[in-house]
Amino acid sequence: MKARAFSYFRATTIDQALDAHARAGDDARFIAGGQSLVPALSLRLQAPRLLIDITHIDELRGVRREGGHLRIGALTRHCEMLSEPLIAEFAPLLAAAAPFVAHPAIRNRGTFGGSVALADPASEFPAMTLALDAEIEIAGPSGRRRIKADDFFIDLFETALQPGELITAIHIPLFKADQRFAFDELARRRGDYALVGCGIMATLTGRRIDDVRISFFSVGNTPTRVKGAEATLIGSGLDAERIAAAQGALEGDLAPPESDEVPPAMRLHLARVLLGRLLGRLGEDA
Amino acid sequence: MNGLGETLLDEADETVRVRLIVNGRKVNCEVAPRDTLVDCLRDKLELTGTHAGCEMGACGACLVQLDGRAVHSCLVFAVQADGARIDTIEGLSERGVIADLQAEFHRRNALQCGFCTPGMLVNAQELLSRVAQPSREEIRDALSGNYCRCTGYEAIVDAIDAVAKERSKARNAGGGGA
Ligand SMILES: Cc1cc2nc3c(=O)[nH]c(=O)nc-3n(C[C@H](O)[C@H](O)[C@H](O)COP(=O)(O)OP(=O)(O)OC[C@H]3O[C@@H](n4cnc5c(N)ncnc54)[C@H](O)[C@@H]3O)c2cc1C
Ligand code: FES
Ligand code: FES
Repeated sequence: MKARAFSYFRATTIDQALDAHARAGDDARFIAGGQSLVPALSLRLQAPRLLIDITHIDELRGVRREGGHLRIGALTRHCEMLSEPLIAEFAPLLAAAAPFVAHPAIRNRGTFGGSVALADPASEFPAMTLALDAEIEIAGPSGRRRIKADDFFIDLFETALQPGELITAIHIPLFKADQRFAFDELARRRGDYALVGCGIMATLTGRRIDDVRISFFSVGNTPTRVKGAEATLIGSGLDAERIAAAQGALEGDLAPPESDEVPPAMRLHLARVLLGRLLGRLGEDA
Repeated sequence: MNGLGETLLDEADETVRVRLIVNGRKVNCEVAPRDTLVDCLRDKLELTGTHAGCEMGACGACLVQLDGRAVHSCLVFAVQADGARIDTIEGLSERGVIADLQAEFHRRNALQCGFCTPGMLVNAQELLSRVAQPSREEIRDALSGNYCRCTGYEAIVDAIDAVAKERSKARNAGGGGA
């Protein structure tokens, strides 16, 4: 199928993009990599009258250190997550997740900002922003603001972004020597959206966990931190008993919805299996 | 001031002119904003080597190189590509850069109906330009977004594997690579 007719505007500054959106109101969409938006337009799930191309806005580009954070521009492509040395060094969890995002050619165009803005609950990167305690930098008609990933994902494809607001960058606290990370997902075929996926960031003293953030995707309407499981781990070592306790806590943390493909009980089971594997790996590294 | 006309929303069905460098040649093309790059290549420029299958990013038949990277031409509107360099299967064939891949696909029956083949070749070329000696696992991984309904993939993986080894050998022999 073909998209409904629309007008196209290529913005070269943030102000131009915001201004164009304000003029078109609800009828406009920003387009970044287009790897989710173009299929949605072609299937006529959406039919805006105006597309505002944001990929020529320099301010949205680039990865750099800013104080204790890595500022990752919204236009950073999925493939750059794999090739950018600053990401490998300071946000290795993103580099670990990137090979699981779609297929190589889609990674050549899809952007970090687009993935986070879309907030697909089956997507890797939105969930990783939770594990990383990231902050989302936003520009909108009423100015600039920053919001914690913890407060960003609200419901199915619903975020704290207001109409006409643009994600400009995502800030990630720099990875430190006493931190460990783990990532994996279970999918039927490589490149498919995961049945269940998980990323973990932990701060360790020896084998003792001082702090941990565990985030799942493909388990509900939003990417989900499992705070019950996190609480069972903090202050203790990564032994088999603790890992089992964390796995047990998932039942209280997750409530996978009914779906045709995967019954809730199976998804919960897969989440337990995955968490066990990842914590086991963290333990080996410690 | 910002280059936005009064008529921002009134031109949806009007065509706009895009400038592309397709297979090394400058071309101008009149497109509607909703025309995808694959439609522009096939219908306007009559480059029908790039195939349109699912038109939603799932099958990989429409892969082309955009500024040197493999992308799905069904997931790019032609207007987005204004000013870009596009290389299609026709251009890659004419330049001879994939002649070894083509010969190996032919030799090993890595194509039957041929519908998937242009996308497979564009993808294989990008993989081999990034990873000199990919494992079979890496080859399969790279092809995960390319559907073939005929061959069962094994011969395709064999062909790419063989070319990867040949190219490495040529490089190591001081051939300098192509
Ligand atoms: C076959 C296929 C398989 C895929 N598999 C996966 C997968 O396994 N995992 C995965 O995570 N993704 C997958 N994707 C989606 C892909 O990762 C997308 O690239 C990504 O979800 C969206 O990024 P984008 O830059 O392409 O956004 P676009 O498609 O351009 O935009 C998506 C939405 O976000 C908005 N938007 C974009 N950028 C911004 C911004 N800076 N500020 C505010 N709003 C913005 C747009 O208006 C639109 O509503 C797949 C896609 C395809 C076609
Ligand atoms: S036609 Fe583009 S991926 Fe199928
Ligand atoms: S050869 Fe027919 S689809 Fe691959």
